[in-house]
Order: sequence, then C-alpha cells, then structure tokens
Amino acid sequence: MSDLITADLIDLDLRGADRHEATAVLAGLLAAAGRVTDVDGFLADVRAREEQMPTGIEGGIGIPHARSAHVTAPSLAFGRAAQGIDFGAEDGPADLVFLIAAPEGGGSEHMTILASLARKLIHADFKTALREAPDAEAVAALIKQNLPS
Amino acid sequence: MKLVAVTSCPTGIAHTYMAAEALEQAAIAAGHEIQVETQGAAGAEALDPAVIAAADAVIFAADVDVRDKDRFAGKPIVSGGVKRGINHAAEMVEEAVEKAQAAPASAAPTAVPAAPAGPKLGPGAKLRLWLMTGVSYMLPFVAAGGILIAIAFVFGGAEIATKVNGGEFEGVTYEAIANPTDILAQAGFWGVLFYIGGLAFSMLVPILAGFIAFGMADRMGIAPGVVGGLIAVAVGAGFLGGLVAGLLAGAIVMALKLIKANQAFQGIMRIVVIPLVSVFAVGFIMLVVVGKPIAEAQSWLTDWLAGLSGVNAVLLGLILGAMMGFDLGGPVNKVAYLFGVGALASGDFTVMAAVMAAGMVPPLGLALATVVRGKLFTQAERQSGKAAWLLGASFITEGAIPFAAADPLRVIPSTMVGGAVAGALSMAFDASLRAPHGGIWVIGLIGNPGGFLIAILAGTAATCLCAIALKTAWRSTATAADEAAMPVI
Repeated sequence: MSDLITADLIDLDLRGADRHEATAVLAGLLAAAGRVTDVDGFLADVRAREEQMPTGIEGGIGIPHARSAHVTAPSLAFGRAAQGIDFGAEDGPADLVFLIAAPEGGGSEHMTILASLARKLIHADFKTALREAPDAEAVAALIKQNLPS
Repeated sequence: MKLVAVTSCPTGIAHTYMAAEALEQAAIAAGHEIQVETQGAAGAEALDPAVIAAADAVIFAADVDVRDKDRFAGKPIVSGGVKRGINHAAEMVEEAVEKAQAAPASAAPTAVPAAPAGPKLGPGAKLRLWLMTGVSYMLPFVAAGGILIAIAFVFGGAEIATKVNGGEFEGVTYEAIANPTDILAQAGFWGVLFYIGGLAFSMLVPILAGFIAFGMADRMGIAPGVVGGLIAVAVGAGFLGGLVAGLLAGAIVMALKLIKANQAFQGIMRIVVIPLVSVFAVGFIMLVVVGKPIAEAQSWLTDWLAGLSGVNAVLLGLILGAMMGFDLGGPVNKVAYLFGVGALASGDFTVMAAVMAAGMVPPLGLALATVVRGKLFTQAERQSGKAAWLLGASFITEGAIPFAAADPLRVIPSTMVGGAVAGALSMAFDASLRAPHGGIWVIGLIGNPGGFLIAILAGTAATCLCAIALKTAWRSTATAADEAAMPVI
C-alpha cells in the first residue's frame, strides 16, 4: 500500500481566494503525484460534498473530501494557510486544510486509516504540532507517525 | 453514567470519526462511559445490544439518518448534526446526562436482550434482518398510498376507482383518464387522491425488493433490487416475487463484490460492471425463470376455479378466501379477485362479497393481533397495525404485506385461514356485493350486510388467533434473541 501522504502532497504556504481555489491547489498536488486522474472531475465530487454541508470544523480546520472515481489511491494533501481560508466553520477561517481523496471502491483498510486520521484532528496537540512543523517532510512524518501502519 | 452514541455524515470518511472521537473525549473528561457506533465508510461495527440496553442515554451526531434507530427506542436521546458532535461534544454529553437524570427510571426498560446476542447473527436472523430492512423502507409507501386510497373510497365512493381507471360502474360508463394532468377536472379531488395513492402503491414491491438487496449488499444492491421488483410487478408476481427479486439481487451483488479486482479496475467494477451484470442477471431471472411459471400457474388456477363453479358455494368461498389471503395482492390473490369480478359481470354477486370479505380480513386480523399481543410484534409493526385497520376496512389487502414480508412463514398461514373463514361464511350467509372494491364504505351495495360483517369479524378473529398462536409457538430462541438484538426497522 502506498503512503497516504508524502512531502510532495504538502503545501505549507497555501493560498486561495476561497475554499474552492485552495482545494484546487491541493488537488493539483494529488494530480501531479498521479493519485488523481481527472482534477476537474475530482473537484466536482469534492464540491458536491462541500455543498451538502461545509467541511470546516471549529479550531481552524477545513477537510474538503470526497470518494471519487477519479482517485487511484487513498490520499491526503495538506496545506497550511497563514491568512486563513473560510471553510464554513462557525468560528472563522481554517488555517489547516486537509484534502482527503478516497477511491470510489476503496477497501475498508484504507477507510480505517482515514478514520483514524479524522479522529486525530480532534486533538489539540496534533493540531499544534502540525502548525509548528518546520517543513513538509516533518509534516508528512508527523502524520504518518500518528496513523496505524 | 453509561452513554451510547451514533455518528454519521454524508461521505462517511471524516466527520463521522471526528465526532466519535470528540464525543469519546468529552464523555471521558466528564467521567462517563461511552461507546460510539461510527456509521461510516470503514464499516459500522454495530453496538452490542447489551450495551444499548444498559445505556442511560443516547447521543446522535448525524447528518444522515441513523441506521436502525429503533434499537434505541425508549431511551433519552440527544440528537444533533455531526458538526455539533465535533464542535460541541461536551455540551451534547452534558445534555444527555441531564436527560438521563430527568427520565423516570421506568422509561428506560426497553429491549433488554433475552440473551446477550453478539453482533454475529445466525442465518435465520440475518434473513429476517434483510427482510425487515426492505419492509422498513416500504412502510411509508404502504401508509401513504393505502390511506390516500382509503380516503378516496370513503369520500369519493366506490365509483372513484372506475372514474380514474375508466370502465363501467353501476350502469355509468367512465372514460379512462388519458392525461394525468386532467385528473382533477375528470375525476375530482378524490380521484386525485386515488391516483396518487395508486402510484405510491405501485412502488411497494420495487422498494421492498430494492431495500432487501440494500440490506444485504449495501448501495450496490438497490439498482438490481428495484429493477427486479419492477419486473415482479410487471409479471404479476406480487410481494412474494419482490422478496425473491430482492434476495436474488442482494445475493448476486454480494457474490460480485467478492471478485477481487486490482486497484485500477476497482472503480470500473463498482460503477459499471456490478450494476450492469447484477441488473441484467436479476432482470433475466425474474422475467424468464420466475415470470413464466407464474403466468402459467395463474392460467391453470383460473381454469381450475372455472371448473369449480358447480361445487358447494361455501367450499368455493373457502378456497377463494384462502387464495385472497395467500399472497395479498400477488398472482394467486389476483386470480381469486378476477374470478370474483368475472362472476360479478355474469350477474353472480355472492362470489364478489366472499372475495372482498376475505381480502379485508388480513390487515384487520393482523392489526387486531398487534393490539392483543403487542409483544409478538416489533414496534414498527405495531405502528403499521394502526394504519392496517383503515386499509383492511377499505379492502386494501396490501396493508398486510409489511407483516407478511417480514415473517412470511407465520403470517401467510394466518391470513389464509382468516380469508378462508371469511370467504366461507360470507357465502354461507349468502351475502352479495355489486362493486368490485370499496370495503366497508360500500356497505350500501352489500346484500345481507349483517352476515357480511359477521364473516369479516370471524375471519379477523381467526387471522388474529392464528398469527398469535404461530408466533408464540415458533418463537425459537433465535427469534427471541433477534427480536432484541436486531435493529428492527
């Protein structure tokens, strides 16, 4: 199984006028790594999900995500946005953005990994560590450490 | 304090688990025990029924319907969106604790499992669970469609069906409605109700089949199940055909899912191959293997009944009544009903009375049974029992389908016995009827209404007693356990 996240899926200076732009930037990283075959199709799936209910969570987190036929391997792209991007959370914009891409027919072991990542995001110490990590490698290592292998 | 919670969200890959984690953290921080069922994409590990039974309160943090909500019936419940579970978990926990303290101790004694059944269900219990899933999604269609049709008969009179469908009634000929949008002008408001009700009813079998398959094989089961159900309707196979279609569709999709495809091929499998193969296979089998023999059996039965015309009237009533109760709107029921309509056309009004009496009994008898021995029925069945009174009184035999689909082996014999009793007595009293439908609301068109009513009451009592006896006698340990363990509807 390939890694869920690698350093080239991380953008520590994520910019975008709104959540769709920011999401598109992260989706571009996934496409460049060959994990998403059709960026527009994948973004449409993410947007459809986002429209059901914004994915922003209090505490500065946005987790746009979708299960999509255009995804080849379960993947996570991560961006840190110093200026904040609105993901519809009640307490304001998000500075930690996780784009979760799951293949349509993903096996349940992948889903379990994504589930444990989601659980991690609740913990303040994990969020703090993500905000303070010096570079992309450190972020990738931090996330991998916190996931079941 | 002991809490249980269910979390779910539209995609089931992120928020479901965040809410679960947040609720667990919040409950532990406040000194409570909690178990969370995450109804997400990683597969839901169902809460142990014993844990639910022991819980003081329940928290739902869900944006999509909590599956099998009835497991929690009677418990204090706090519910909110999944985001509330994430952002305000502590508040939800606190609210749940308050509700638990406020609830009288007697309010909590719901389903305590007879045996602490684990999540592993035996094959019988699994089958029942699948059937119940189908029934639970079908119920709103039965209630809405049945009650609309019943109201149309009550206020629109027995001719309402003919006004909508066209034909002759009591010497007046009505034109069939060619364009549905003309219905208000042509058949009036009650005609509109009848039409809507009929459409809702036409979905009973497809929904039943689709969601039995859904219960077995998840989302992928719905398409072949619904298509199989539509074909069951098209070939006149009734709800029993729907059960077959649903189980077949579920089994085929389950089998197809076992095929291990490589990563690249997996998307195609889900989006194209499984739907295509399963819909075709179910459709082909339903049309060719199931449909044909049913049509042949029907014509054989019709001929057989025609040959019986000379026999003792009471015996004929008994046979027709049992047929009415057998498949509740299915092929055998149709043959008996059309035999009654045929007799009506040839001027014999007693057969129609026997057929209608027998067709009214199944919902009435089961409704009575849910009142007399509520414990033998699930909560959802007791609820649908309330609507079944009206449906039975209106000669909408389909009102008994939810009971029969969930537990065919015990319910069908009961409805057959009740139908037979009603049919035979109606003939014995020489009751007659000049309309092919309408139930109690066309009492004005019934000859010897007293005898007709006695036939219905006796049949209702017979179905009720029979259902209670069978459900009591056969309450095997498996059933007793699944009653509690099983997330009934």
